[in-house]
Amino acid sequence: MPKTLFEKIWEDHIVHDEPGKPALIYIDCHLVHEVTSPQAFDALRLAGRRVRRPDLTLATVDHNVPTWSRSLPITDEISLKQITRLETNCREFGIPLFGLDSPQQGIVHVIGPELGFTQPGMTIVCGDSHTSTHGAFGALAFGIGTSEVEHVLATQCLLQSRPSTFRINVEGGLPNGVTAKDLILYIIRTIGTDGATGFVVEYSGEAIRRMSMEERMTVCNMSIEAGARAGMIAPDETTFSYLQGRPQAPKGAAFDEAVAYWKTLPSDEGAAFDRELTIDVSDLAPQVSWGTNPGMVTDVTGSVIDPDAISDENERRAARRALEYMGLQPGTRIEDLQIDRVFIGSCTNSRIEDLRAAARIVNGKSVASGVSAMVVPGSQQVKVQAELEGLDRVFRDAGFDWRESGCSMCLGMNPDILRPGERCASTSNRNFEGRQGAGGRTHLVSPIMAAAAAVAGRFVDVRNWE
Amino acid sequence: MKPFIKHEGLVAALDRVNVDTDQIIPKQFLKRIERTGFADCLFFDWRFLADGTPNPEFELNQSRYIGASILLAGANFGCGSSREHAPWALNDYGFRAIIAPSFADIFFNNCFKNGMLPIRLSEVEVRDLFRRVAENEGYRLTVDLSEQMITGDDGVELHFDIDPFRKQCLLEGLDDIGLTLQVEDRISAYESHRRNFGAA
Ligand code: SF4
Repeated sequence: MPKTLFEKIWEDHIVHDEPGKPALIYIDCHLVHEVTSPQAFDALRLAGRRVRRPDLTLATVDHNVPTWSRSLPITDEISLKQITRLETNCREFGIPLFGLDSPQQGIVHVIGPELGFTQPGMTIVCGDSHTSTHGAFGALAFGIGTSEVEHVLATQCLLQSRPSTFRINVEGGLPNGVTAKDLILYIIRTIGTDGATGFVVEYSGEAIRRMSMEERMTVCNMSIEAGARAGMIAPDETTFSYLQGRPQAPKGAAFDEAVAYWKTLPSDEGAAFDRELTIDVSDLAPQVSWGTNPGMVTDVTGSVIDPDAISDENERRAARRALEYMGLQPGTRIEDLQIDRVFIGSCTNSRIEDLRAAARIVNGKSVASGVSAMVVPGSQQVKVQAELEGLDRVFRDAGFDWRESGCSMCLGMNPDILRPGERCASTSNRNFEGRQGAGGRTHLVSPIMAAAAAVAGRFVDVRNWE
Repeated sequence: MKPFIKHEGLVAALDRVNVDTDQIIPKQFLKRIERTGFADCLFFDWRFLADGTPNPEFELNQSRYIGASILLAGANFGCGSSREHAPWALNDYGFRAIIAPSFADIFFNNCFKNGMLPIRLSEVEVRDLFRRVAENEGYRLTVDLSEQMITGDDGVELHFDIDPFRKQCLLEGLDDIGLTLQVEDRISAYESHRRNFGAA
C-alpha cells in the first residue's frame, strides 16, 4: 500500500501499540528550553527518575534572554533564576546545553537545523508549539506540554493518538516580493486558525519544491497557527545539500547511507490523505495581518475588514473586538497604516536569508523618523554570518538596532516589548492581544515587508520597492 | 494525578472564540519555575485594568461567576502556545471542566495531564448552554465522566464523547509515565535496533 511521508515516519517509531490506546512512539530528538522545562525536571527529581537518553536531548536558553550585549548582567532576577535553573538541571541530568555564553546559542528552532540535529525521518519534540518548524526537513516534529516533556525525559517516548493527514499542494511560483511568509499567512487566512486541528499537514507542489530550506522552515513553523499538530515537507536534494557538512549530520559513507534512506521517505504516488487542498500562488500579494489572530490577514493592497460584512456571528464579534483592540477603522487602506515599531526576528523569520533579504530593502536608506526598528538574529551563528557579510552595518547605518540572538519581542518575555498602543510591523508568528507587550498592536508580515515599512513609516507594497 | 470522576459546579460563560493561551496566561508569568500558584495570573490582561483593579467588563469578574468551576467557552479554545501554564492557571483558579465546541490540540492534551476534563459539544449544544447560563443566575451543571453525561437541574441532559483511554486515565488518576514504564522492555528492544541518526 502506498504510504504518506507521515505514515512512514510514524510506523518506523512505534514502540508499542495496543488496540484502544494511543501508540507509544519513540522520540529521536528532544529539544529543551528554560521556560517549559523546570517543572518537568522537578517532577523527575521528586519521583527519583533519571533522564533516559541525555544523548538525544539538547537544551538552549532563548525565550527570556536579554538581547543586549552578552557581557552585561541579566537584571531581571526571575528570568535569571529560570536560566540558571536550566543550567543546573542540565548539569545534574547530563544534558548538553548551549547556554548564554555559547557561540551556538539561539532560538531552539533555529539552532536545531543549523547544527544538523534536525534530520529527515526523525521524530522531534520540544515544549514549544513552533517545533513544527523542523518538519521542513521531512521530520515529524511537534510541540508538547510540560507533563509530556517530563514523560519524554523519563522514557524517551510519548503516548500519541494517530493524527489525520492533510496535504496542501501549492502550485505556481511565488511572484517577486512575495515570500514563504506570505504563503503561510495566506494558507492560515484561507483555512482558519483551526483549519488543520487534528491533522499533520504535508506541504507539497511546485512552489514548495522551489523553496530553500529556510523558506520551508518559515512555512512549517506557522503550521501550528492553523491548529496543525505538525507541518512536513518531503526531503529532497535541497534538504540533503543543506545538511551536508553540518556538525551533527552524518559524515562520509554514513551520510550517503542516510541520503539513501531519506530518499525513501517522500509520500508514495497514490498515497491517500484524509484531506487535500490545492492553492495557486502565481498571483499572491504580500500579506498583512489586521487583527488579533494569524487568520485575520489581508493583501497589502487591501483594506481593514468591515465586521458587518462577516456572516458568521462568532467571527463578526471576534473581528469587532479585534479592530477595537488594534485601534483600526473598517475600510482603512492597509497602506495608510502608520507604524511605530519594526521587529525583524523570531523562529519564523530570523535566519540568514531573511536578514539578507531585509538588508537589500534598507540598503542605503534610513528608518523613517518616529519609527524604532530592531533586528534580532535567530542564533549567534546567524549573527556572526550576517556580520561577516556586513549586514549589521547596513541595518545600523539605516538606524536599526542590531541585537544578540533570542526570542526577544516575538513574545516579550525579555525587556524587548511594545508599549500600549504602539503599532508594530513584525516578522513573528502571533498577533494575539498583548503578545508583544500589553496593549501592543502587532501586524504580521514578511521580513522584506517589515523592512520596507520601517523605511516608509507605514505599510507599503514591497513589490513596487525601488 | 488526581482523578476526575464526577463534578458538580457553577458554570461561567466566556462567550468568545479562539481564546488563546497568551490570554489565558500572559508571558510575564511564565518565568516562574513552580507548577502552582497561577490563580491570580489567569486571564490577567483581560481581568485587570492597568491600575491593577478588576476590569468590570470582563466576564469572569461578574459576581455571579465567583466560585465557578466549569468554564463554557467558544470554539478553538486554548489555541496558540504549548504552555501547560494555561491549564495550571485554570486549575488553580478553580476550573475542573471546560466545555467548548472545539479545542486546540496541545491545550486539550495538557488538560488531561492535570486531571481536568475538556469536553467537546456541538456548536448548537454549546449555544444552548450559553443561553441557559445567561437566563439563570447561579446556573450549575453536573459532569459525570463514567456516564459521559452533563446534566442540570433544569432538565438538560447532554452526552459527550471521550477517548476511552483518556477516560480511564482520568477516572483512575493514572500516571502516564508509570504506565509507559510498565513496557520498559519494549523501549529497550526498540532502542537495540533503532536507526542511528547521530554524527558518525
Ligand atoms: S521566537 Fe517566538 S514563537 Fe519562536 S520559540 Fe521563541 S517565543 Fe516561541
